[in-house]
Amino acid sequence: MAEVDEANKPLFAGLSDVSISDDIPVEGDISVPLASHSADDEFSTLDEPVKDTILRDLKAVGNKFVHVMYPKKSSALLRDWDLWGPLLLCVTLALLLQGGSSDSKGDEGPQFAEVFVIIWFGSVIITLNSKLLGGTISFFQSLCVLGYCILPLCVAMLVCRLVLLLVSATTVSFIIRLLIVTASFGWSTFASTAFLADSQPPNRKALVVYPVFLFYFVIGWMILTFSPSS
Amino acid sequence: MANNDFLLQFQEFGEDGDPQSSTRDSTSINMEGTMKPQNQSKAGGPAALGVGNDELDTDDDKAELLSNERKNAPFWTFEYYQTFFDVDTQEVKDRIFGSILPWRGKNFVRLHIRSNPDLYGPFWICATLVFAIAISGNISTFLKHHGNPQFKYVPDFRKVTMAATAIYSYAWLVPLALWGFLTWRNSKVVNSVSYSFLEIVCVYGYSLSIYVPAVVLWIIPSEGVRWFSIVAALCLSGSVLVMTFWPAIRDDRPRVAIAIIVTIVALHVLLAVGCKAYFFSTREYENTSSLGQKEEIKAVSTINTT
Repeated sequence: MAEVDEANKPLFAGLSDVSISDDIPVEGDISVPLASHSADDEFSTLDEPVKDTILRDLKAVGNKFVHVMYPKKSSALLRDWDLWGPLLLCVTLALLLQGGSSDSKGDEGPQFAEVFVIIWFGSVIITLNSKLLGGTISFFQSLCVLGYCILPLCVAMLVCRLVLLLVSATTVSFIIRLLIVTASFGWSTFASTAFLADSQPPNRKALVVYPVFLFYFVIGWMILTFSPSS
Repeated sequence: MANNDFLLQFQEFGEDGDPQSSTRDSTSINMEGTMKPQNQSKAGGPAALGVGNDELDTDDDKAELLSNERKNAPFWTFEYYQTFFDVDTQEVKDRIFGSILPWRGKNFVRLHIRSNPDLYGPFWICATLVFAIAISGNISTFLKHHGNPQFKYVPDFRKVTMAATAIYSYAWLVPLALWGFLTWRNSKVVNSVSYSFLEIVCVYGYSLSIYVPAVVLWIIPSEGVRWFSIVAALCLSGSVLVMTFWPAIRDDRPRVAIAIIVTIVALHVLLAVGCKAYFFSTREYENTSSLGQKEEIKAVSTINTT
């Protein structure tokens, strides 16, 4: 380096003073100003352990479960929508409904695929219906609400299976299951209406609530008529 | 020069010479032409007079203008499909009641639909009917075999898919065929009344609404109740259909008109009786009871031989 400088000294006399070395600090700010400084920018989620990521999502899902069980006018379900909860509930319900009633005659109850398709296809149709009627709710928010409000029916399914195991008399068990399913179906419809009805103009509320009612009625019917294969 | 000046001056036409313009309540600006004030005045007139048979002509004009203004969105946008769901709760209720109780002399399409056909009614009434048939079919099967200890109740889910296929194809393909046929006849014989495809779909969809309570009544395992409910539902909805389509074909040749009416009624009857026969069949019971008897005979004979 020094030899080059000396050789070039007569030609580039002024340039020998310029040296890109660590002595001269480079000043200025080259960071790009971000448009939004949200909380995620403070830490990168890539570095955290997987357990933290999963736990954070699980906590969000659990929080929404609590909101469904005690439906108040809260926007938690609408604001931070996610589809993990509905997926979890749908798979659980379909698995529980599938475990029975495959007969040799070929008359079978709803299979996993049928339950899955009914729940998701039904949710999409109801969402499209409410949007076509002029609702202000977005597509995925509505899917999120409808999926989360299946939780009471899922709980009812678990209780019904227990009742079928424990109680042997068919009439008594049927009446118990009927009461449980009716209560949970009413709860589901009420919870989802509390979230969905506000987004509709007031003269069309019944038009939007009726398909939700039909949807949960059909799911409740599938739960009620579930009979395990002996 | 004088001619040019005359042409350059602002000319006013139609403001003073039109005697109706002074009585119009229109608030629109006349800059856009004279069409808009006419629309608004025509819309204001018939609505105040009420609907009857003699108002059908003004209703037609208003309806046509409304439909032209409404469906301006291209068909690949969401707003186009939103125009088909432009109904309120009260309107849907009115349409359902109008299709159940036929009023003599009042046309369902003119009275209720009035160029605002919706797809909400047909779709959700068909969905309700599908699930009502499947659920009542399952309940009636369960009740039929209630006393039989050998029978294990299994929810038959295939009924849902079968019912869905049958009902949705009836509610959409038959109006398509009827509309095609009526349009073809319109090209040959000029009819006074013609319906659009969506209006026919609307009529058929709402006419299926009477079947929902009828299907729920089919749970009762009495043949008399079932046949009575079928006949009552058929009479009511069939008469609504006939009264709706009669004005569209009465100008045609009498043979063609009668043939169309008979076809409409026959398809309606076929749907009702077909659903009853498939989902609520009583022959199953006789088969299982005869099977039971055969097994008893076999068991007795084996006991005798041992």
